[in-house]
Amino acid sequence: MIDTIGMVFIALGLTFDVLGCVGLVRLPDVYNRLQAATKCVTLGTCSILFGTFLITIDTSLATGLKALVAIVFLVLASPVAAHAVSRGAHRAGVKLWEGSVVDQYAEDKEGEE
Amino acid sequence: MKSRILMFIIAFAVWCLLTWVPDTEHLIAGAVVALIVAAVMGSMFSTRPHMMLHPMRYFYFIFWYLPVFIWELLKANIDVAYRVIHPGLPIKPGIVKLKTKLRSDTGLTFLANSITLTPGTLTVDVNQDDGELYIHWIYVKGTDPDTVFREIGSRFEPILMKIFEE
Repeated sequence: MIDTIGMVFIALGLTFDVLGCVGLVRLPDVYNRLQAATKCVTLGTCSILFGTFLITIDTSLATGLKALVAIVFLVLASPVAAHAVSRGAHRAGVKLWEGSVVDQYAEDKEGEE
Repeated sequence: MKSRILMFIIAFAVWCLLTWVPDTEHLIAGAVVALIVAAVMGSMFSTRPHMMLHPMRYFYFIFWYLPVFIWELLKANIDVAYRVIHPGLPIKPGIVKLKTKLRSDTGLTFLANSITLTPGTLTVDVNQDDGELYIHWIYVKGTDPDTVFREIGSRFEPILMKIFEE
């Protein structure tokens, strides 16, 4: 029973990971792509790890605990990475997609440099 | 000093979880490693260690913040999946400014991370002095401060105020 639930979590995680990758290809600029990459890949990978935890809970607690610790670090680290990449991109002068409606960050930064 | 002790305890706990099942050799090695980590990095870990001693903060974190966060994360994924699969690619992106009342390092970090993992938003930069967050929004609904706060900030700010400030 618990194996089946674990498999469902892993399948869901794979689905979200695939959708994240599709988003990475389809969306127009670096910021939109980061949105897809961060959200889908975080939940997808967490879901795969949680499924692993459920499947291995009977046989080896050691594996399951490592998976849980990995979830915590993933949730803490992936938004920070997305933040660093997007800030770096903006500072390096990467333009927003031409369909973008507003950029208050650029407006506020004009006076600084 | 308190910050170093806290760092030691957390580093040691993570070590124990990673080397499960604990036995004597692992515990000794872990204690040595955790001591080194705490000595080198401890002072950077927490500027307000006394905040960690309030049980109510943990209570709010586990029973209020986490359920809201997981729910928003699920919604965010379905939202992105919808936009990606939709043939018309319904996006209207832009970068907006969010004003927040949070000022502490931890509070702002958690708010920025929560915003990144919730539907359609991604934190680009933080201005700590004025409490302003620059947010890339995949579907801009309005640029005036009130709309931005209602759509993005209002879900998490009151919770994080309770946990990390006051």
